[in-house]
Amino acid sequence: MSERRISADAVLALERQFRFQWEPAQNAHVLLYPEGMIKLSGSAAEIMKRIDGKRTAEDIVADLQQSFPGTDLRQDVLDFLEDIYGRGWIQAGPGR
Amino acid sequence: MDEAGFRRAPVGNPIWLNAEVTFKCPLHCVYCYNPVDYTRFGPELSTAEWLRVLREARELGAVQLGISGGEPLMRDDIETMIAEAHRLGYYANLLTSGVGLTEKRIAAFKEGGLDQIQLSFQDSTRELNDFLSSTKTFELKSRVAKLIKQYEYPMVLNVVLHRLNIDHIQQILDLAEAIGAEHVELANTQYYAWAYVNRDQLLPSQEQLQRAEEITNQFRAKVGKKMKLYFVVPDYYANRPKACMNGWGSVFLNIAADGAALPCHEARMLPGLTFPNVRDHDLRWIWNESPGFNAYRGDEWMREPCRSCPEKVKDFGGCRCQAYMLTGDARNADPICDLSPHHHLITEVVAKAQHPGPPVTVRPIVFRDDRNSRKLSEPAQAQGIEATSSVD
Repeated sequence: MSERRISADAVLALERQFRFQWEPAQNAHVLLYPEGMIKLSGSAAEIMKRIDGKRTAEDIVADLQQSFPGTDLRQDVLDFLEDIYGRGWIQAGPGR
Repeated sequence: MDEAGFRRAPVGNPIWLNAEVTFKCPLHCVYCYNPVDYTRFGPELSTAEWLRVLREARELGAVQLGISGGEPLMRDDIETMIAEAHRLGYYANLLTSGVGLTEKRIAAFKEGGLDQIQLSFQDSTRELNDFLSSTKTFELKSRVAKLIKQYEYPMVLNVVLHRLNIDHIQQILDLAEAIGAEHVELANTQYYAWAYVNRDQLLPSQEQLQRAEEITNQFRAKVGKKMKLYFVVPDYYANRPKACMNGWGSVFLNIAADGAALPCHEARMLPGLTFPNVRDHDLRWIWNESPGFNAYRGDEWMREPCRSCPEKVKDFGGCRCQAYMLTGDARNADPICDLSPHHHLITEVVAKAQHPGPPVTVRPIVFRDDRNSRKLSEPAQAQGIEATSSVD
């Protein structure tokens, strides 16, 4: 994915109809929305955990790099964020 | 399980809990999916019993909660249920006609953590013909829509379409736009319960359907992104069945007002099955062990043409209730499927619906109310049903 639609200073937040939570019965984090549920992989959940209405995409990358040192995650994380932004799961608002 | 020849299919988690908290309703919709004999059922579950149902279902993995009815707002403890549901981690949806939705109540729902309100839009009044011009309807929906927006919920509208209102699709869409609806489901009536009783009066013609779909498509192009529009065609105009409930006892758990635990809204009609009541059993046993919930899991129960059909993994043979209602045996293929030897039962009804103008009927349309329910509960049902109004 080359085209970036999330601007560098945008803070990321879940769209208002979405809720992110741990589901013991699924043994996974999930994203809940009206009449549906998306089961998230472990790495997707690590990214989603950091979407808090305060961090920008680069903040999230930096935070993940710190938690999971040794591999370059930047491209994958940014691609994932662009993808879920395109799906309407998150909003990218102006910085503080 | 001690039934001979019974093979256990793998049991997953229920994802959906649908709480039909009451069968009381101020409306009398002629297509209501509540069982026609609801007046026969025992007393409603208490608040404490509902809270136990919420906890037990959550432990089993249910995460989407529908609070429906009847009209759920006929109960005064919905606030308590919502707060507990939210505390337990449900995504809570309230399905309401809007009748009884005051600002005090919606404020309490928001406070308690209700996630979504789905407002239904219906021709509930007995003045079917002019319901759309009825200022009463418009005022109620506008007032409720305003409250929904004020409390920062998205406007989710559900409109049930049928022969008698489908030609007003443009007015329905205009009204949806006027009240600021963001999600609109135009759901054609499916023929169960009261809608089955009134099927001849409610099934639209092919021409009506096509016209409504065209108008909907034009409207969708016009409004663009601000409104998501879904148009659901009636089963009777399909040639493959729906994957009903995503499979029997697969993800959906319905608890009726009297505590009956059911794999779908309609399953109580099926003969030879007894469905447990939450007053007598815990939900873990009900979901995993009860014969009713295991009856049509997997595909061991299937007959031909489903049994050897490659599509059985996709549609699970369709709807057991539809198979029973139309063919007399729930194990048969859903006759919606054109591979079913009973498919002619559908095409004959559809053929009858193609005559232009009002349907020729031998008896008037039957409104969902207690009096008609008691009549339909009698053995010689459908005889001598009184209609309080007829449609021309």
